[in-house]
Amino acid sequence: MSDELVLEMRGIRKEFPGVLANDDVDLDIRQGEVHALLGENGAGKSTLMNILYGLYRHDAGEIFVHGKPVSFGSARDAIQAGIGMVHQHFMLIPVMTVAENIVLGIEPRDKIFLDEDAAQSRVRELSEQFGLAVDPAALVSSITVGQEQRVEILKALYRGADILILDEPTAVLTPQEAGELFGIIRSLKAEGKSIIFISHKLNEVLEIADRITVLRRGRKIETVPREGATEASLARAMVGREVLLRVEKPPATVGDVLLSVKDLEVVDERGIPMVRGVSFDVRAGEIVGVAGVDGNGQTELIEAITGLGRMDGGSITVAGHTVHARSPRAMLDAGVGHIPEDRQRRGLVLEFSIGENVALHDYAKEPDSKWGWLFPARMIDRARRLIKEFDVRGGGPETRAGGLSGGNQQKVVVAREVDRDPKVLIAAQPTRGLDVGAIEFLHRRLVSERDEGRAILLVSLELDEILSLSDRILVIYEGEIVGEHTGEVSEHEIGLEMLGAGKTTEAA
Amino acid sequence: MSGSDEERPTPPLAQPDEEAASAAGRLAVKHRAGGLIVPVLTALIAFLIGGLVVLATGHNPLLAYRDIFNGAGLNWIFHPTTDIANTAAYNLSQTLLQTTTLILCGLAVAFAFRCGMFNIGGQGQYFIGLYVANWLGWSFSGMAPLPHILIAVVGATLAGAAWAGIAGVMKATVGAHEVISTIMLNWIAIWVGEWLFGDGGPLQNAANKTVPISNDVADSAKLPVFWGQQELQGLHIGFFVAIAALVVFSLILNRTTLGYEVRAVGFNPDAAAYGGISVRKNLVRAMAISGAFAGLAGALDMLGYLYHFGQSDIPVSSVGFLGIAVALLGRNTAVGVGLASLLFGALLFGTTHGLNSNVIAPDLAGNLTYIIQGLVVLFVGADVLILSVWGWRKRIRPKAKPAGTAEAAA
Repeated sequence: MSDELVLEMRGIRKEFPGVLANDDVDLDIRQGEVHALLGENGAGKSTLMNILYGLYRHDAGEIFVHGKPVSFGSARDAIQAGIGMVHQHFMLIPVMTVAENIVLGIEPRDKIFLDEDAAQSRVRELSEQFGLAVDPAALVSSITVGQEQRVEILKALYRGADILILDEPTAVLTPQEAGELFGIIRSLKAEGKSIIFISHKLNEVLEIADRITVLRRGRKIETVPREGATEASLARAMVGREVLLRVEKPPATVGDVLLSVKDLEVVDERGIPMVRGVSFDVRAGEIVGVAGVDGNGQTELIEAITGLGRMDGGSITVAGHTVHARSPRAMLDAGVGHIPEDRQRRGLVLEFSIGENVALHDYAKEPDSKWGWLFPARMIDRARRLIKEFDVRGGGPETRAGGLSGGNQQKVVVAREVDRDPKVLIAAQPTRGLDVGAIEFLHRRLVSERDEGRAILLVSLELDEILSLSDRILVIYEGEIVGEHTGEVSEHEIGLEMLGAGKTTEAA
Repeated sequence: MSGSDEERPTPPLAQPDEEAASAAGRLAVKHRAGGLIVPVLTALIAFLIGGLVVLATGHNPLLAYRDIFNGAGLNWIFHPTTDIANTAAYNLSQTLLQTTTLILCGLAVAFAFRCGMFNIGGQGQYFIGLYVANWLGWSFSGMAPLPHILIAVVGATLAGAAWAGIAGVMKATVGAHEVISTIMLNWIAIWVGEWLFGDGGPLQNAANKTVPISNDVADSAKLPVFWGQQELQGLHIGFFVAIAALVVFSLILNRTTLGYEVRAVGFNPDAAAYGGISVRKNLVRAMAISGAFAGLAGALDMLGYLYHFGQSDIPVSSVGFLGIAVALLGRNTAVGVGLASLLFGALLFGTTHGLNSNVIAPDLAGNLTYIIQGLVVLFVGADVLILSVWGWRKRIRPKAKPAGTAEAAA
């Protein structure tokens, strides 16, 4: 790392209707450094990077690349100036090969046709130079998510990027894949590339970054070197107050079995078994965590238990009663609460007010309605009480749920589920995409619901979350429970089980 | 977010940061701001383009619109009178007669829309209502008026509901798209009508077997006329039924559990299912209620002023399709549908029978309604476009107010 600045952003200001997304933000990036951009959701990280990448126009401020003032009207301008961006959601064409995706738009040509051999050899050179192992001839549809990410990085490098923006790159990766990504980032750095690493995960930032810039509510709070920074100090800068990072958890007092799943089988529409003979119990007063890589049957398992999806075999017993009717209503009435993994698609009707959303399960019962006649005022009263109890910010009972931030939306979901006093609470990825403050709140709430005597099934892709909250951990792999742990267990051990107990998922 | 010393921006707004949230947030602001702006702008632009067409024919569009305004009897407001011999009063009564039908046909589209479905079958459901009302209207001659009218109206309404319900069942069971199935059902309704009223058809009149036309409904089934004369297409009490239907529509949607389910399914079927709502049941039910509105429209027209119907009337009728434009322009709300119905009702009558103008050619005038109807559908489909035009206007203005002042006034 040298002290030469490759990029300076000065006094960047960006206003959206009603909200100041970036307010007088400065950022400078040195040659060959990994610079983390840290902040809660809504702090202005993505806005700032989208400005840098030419996707948004800033209202005020200046950008210098290698000391020269620039003004980007589009991503094309930014790419020409040597800036590359890997978005959270990859933009690859699945039916094309890795090499074809990488050279797309600036293909080496053989007269008028794409020169496939040249493309592949160019990609191979690049991938060797930076240590990004991919098979240029493989179809994108056949490679893993981690490999797709490498293709995206190669795409940026192929276009001559020497400043690379990675937007929450680890969100989609397993711990092992994240480790590999960090290796790649280090080798890019060794080749003199500068990397802007957007994250809200403190441990990652401390592991990989040379310097860290913290944003809060659109303002730059500080830029600090990694040396001397701690999780606690960064969390304080992000949130603006002291944050309890460890979950305070008294030992569990376990009671009766409230949820019992036996020999559960789920076959998807294509006839592929997604859940294969899964059996487990969850008792009152315990949190059982289900760890696994995305797509190993977690969603199908939850949808079977909640009546939302298929169930092709086995039985589900709630508080001693086997539930035969297969519908969400039957499961709700049996006492199953559900914090769905996708709160915007499942958990909330975004166009409904908070009051209407809070009534989503019980609108047809008193006090919300009688003989089919609704009492909106009573919904609003309940919403007002829950907004207070759960500290929902950003609006009142009549505010549209879609107008709330992610964390506050999730609080509305949790408030509704808990307020029904369920015996079993299924929490699927309850903190996905939330910021530290909201995560802290939700974790504490889950523990206190456990202590109320509910049986909690926690399904999460965040291993940290599983490890810190669960009293017992189940590991799911290809639709089967492949491991069960109580007490201390290492991240590494579970990580290996998540990948099929040492079996490799990389078939490249 | 923590409660720190900084001032928070206006509360109920989306976080502007993450790309999706920002787009959704901005759209939300625009939708709120666009609540009134979009339909009004839509109508204005449609009239403007209609005016350009008139201009292209070498006439003065302002004078043409004045004549249409008078033709629709809207100038009655300057000299209110109940005297039906007065031209303005007569024209207004005829405009309101059209409005009555349009309100119900508009609600037929709007209700399904609120459940996330596009009911293109209002025309067919309206026909089915007409047929059944006609049949019940002459079948029970000699009955007392009140029960007779009730039987005919309820029968026709249920028939419309059943007809639309077919499309609902098909969507709920095999996933057949309602746009396709309701269009198909329109054609079936049309050809069923051709057969019913045609030579030797079951509903062809008994007196003269050479005309493909139905019997007249019995006097006992005719709706009382409260403004004008029964023989001269006076305004019948169906007008109040339509106004009541607007209120019922609004109450069902906003104040009943049924309406809650409809709206939940319409906004987000996945979340509705998660909430324990049966999505399939609601698709069928919402479609049937939509059809009931259209069937009721058919009943009121038949018992209110048509009294009979024939093969040659079938291709001429397009009021069910006009209901689509009414619902879209009215943004699927009761008040909006009411106002849009008045607008289109005025256009329908003011450009045809009511028009007394030497400024605009009658054949162009009659088609002006359809030009404006088409433009409205086109523009409402492109309301994002209209909103961005609105956005440009804001951007052109010098410097916006400082942060924190949302443009959302609604």
